[in-house]
Amino acid sequence: MSTAVEVSRLRKAFGDRAVLDGLDLTIGRGEFVALLGASGSGKTTLLRILGALDGADAGEVLVPRVRTVVFQEPRLVPSKRVLANVTVALPRGQAERGRRALAEVGLEHHATAWPATLSGGEAQRVALARALVREPELLLLDEPFAALDALTRLRMQDLVGELCRAHRPAVLLVTHDVDEAVRLADRVCVLREGRLVTDETVAVARPRDPGDAAFAALRRRLLADLGVRTAAHTTENGASA
Amino acid sequence: MTATSELLGTAGKPAKDTGTLVTPRPAVRRPRPRGWTLTVRALGPLALLLLWWAASATGLLTPDVLASPADVVRAVGELWGNGQLPDALATSLTRSATGLLIGLTTGLTLGVVTGFTRLGDELLDSSLQTLRTIPFLSLVPLFMVWFGINEIAKILLIAVATTFPMYVSTSSGVRNTDPKLVEAMRSFGMSRLAIVRQVVLPGALPSLLAGLRLSMTLSVIALIAAEEINATAGIGYLMAQAQSYARTDILAVCILVYGLFGLCADAVVRLLERVLMPWRRAGR
Ligand SMILES: Nc1ncnc2c1ncn2[C@@H]1O[C@H](COP(=O)(O)OP(=O)(O)O)[C@@H](O)[C@H]1O
Ligand SMILES: [Mg+2]
Repeated sequence: MSTAVEVSRLRKAFGDRAVLDGLDLTIGRGEFVALLGASGSGKTTLLRILGALDGADAGEVLVPRVRTVVFQEPRLVPSKRVLANVTVALPRGQAERGRRALAEVGLEHHATAWPATLSGGEAQRVALARALVREPELLLLDEPFAALDALTRLRMQDLVGELCRAHRPAVLLVTHDVDEAVRLADRVCVLREGRLVTDETVAVARPRDPGDAAFAALRRRLLADLGVRTAAHTTENGASA
Repeated sequence: MTATSELLGTAGKPAKDTGTLVTPRPAVRRPRPRGWTLTVRALGPLALLLLWWAASATGLLTPDVLASPADVVRAVGELWGNGQLPDALATSLTRSATGLLIGLTTGLTLGVVTGFTRLGDELLDSSLQTLRTIPFLSLVPLFMVWFGINEIAKILLIAVATTFPMYVSTSSGVRNTDPKLVEAMRSFGMSRLAIVRQVVLPGALPSLLAGLRLSMTLSVIALIAAEEINATAGIGYLMAQAQSYARTDILAVCILVYGLFGLCADAVVRLLERVLMPWRRAGR
């Protein structure tokens, strides 16, 4: 498998505090990687460096030319209708492509709506369509479901999983939700103290069921890496949730 | 919607105590009959007119102070008939529109440059803020020396007066753009010019329209200043002449014309607010 992202000895400091310190990460083409980490561990910082939104202090970073980001908030332009938001910055005459992307996220009937009239989940789906319509080789997702309610979040996770299997971009999903990471990813990494302390392939068979023993075991291990202590019975309860 | 379905649900079950429950009643905006708004808006001016007419009719207001409404209407007929009023209107409107257009363009451009680029801000903002505090009326003698008594001096005076309110409003509106939105657009490869046109300016529209309002008012004030001092045509010239003959009816006509300018300017901005920002009425 050829690589889409190659990061080595990456360092980024704010003031004299190194948020990323000697981080190595490789993502193959079409591979779905979930990055877990506690709040403030530097997940967004890494994603912003990969998306060329911020610079690194040291180390090497290689990414594909076409990358798109879905931010934690939808960031839609309020003065553009939904379709225009999807085709933003594309050359003229791409409305048909935009409509197809909207159909993929199930919003073909909202093409002429104003962003202010959308629900949180719909707005985030428009942001997803806007990221996919460019056919990115690398899709960067920064906690895109964090602001959504639990039910919408599950639906969005399925949608993202489906669309990524259909389009096969390399994906880096930043999240703090262990279940989400295990449900979707081919590989999960845990970011702690500036580097990846865990980097393992998810061996759970699809479709992934949180009740599965392999799922629960991986979940427990990841939580331990994140510094969360779980008793066996809480894991059982959590798994059924 | 949820409330209604819940109510229907409880109505179906027999022995539920719903005695303390009420149907939620949202405050609805009742649709107004057509023309209602316009009628209500006209009430104030009509009352003023009535007061003026009553004061003249009872002799409280003598013609050497202010002519009666009937005299003013007669004066309008006279001025319109001999072509003085149409000529003056055309001259004055051309002057203030040209000056306003130049001023708005300059103010908008400078405002976007200083609001959106760091270099523009460092280079231009402090000098513009200094120039802004100079009363434009103090420029009249200087302009007379530079350009003589011609159209250029008058139009430039109006342009200078209207540049600054537009500049201040634009640059503050542009500065208030959500940086996250700009960053997102940049990440999708949008050029800086496209970002200004498609994201920054639409977002700054409320400020731009506030600037337009202020500039329009100032364009009329600057017009009066320019025409009062030295003119051979225009509403100001008409006023200067009327003043020397103590024709209070013509003076009243001119003042009313200025008032109408202001009213039209307000209507234009109201219309623009509605037409240019459809997304603002869509939100909740
Ligand atoms: N622009 C900045 N200036 C200073 N500190 C920052 C900046 N951006 C992020 N940080 C710090 O870096 C750390 C990691 O932030 P971030 O990558 O956003 O964490 P998260 O893993 O929650 O996404 C935090 O402690 C944050 O305070
Ligand atoms: Mg973050």
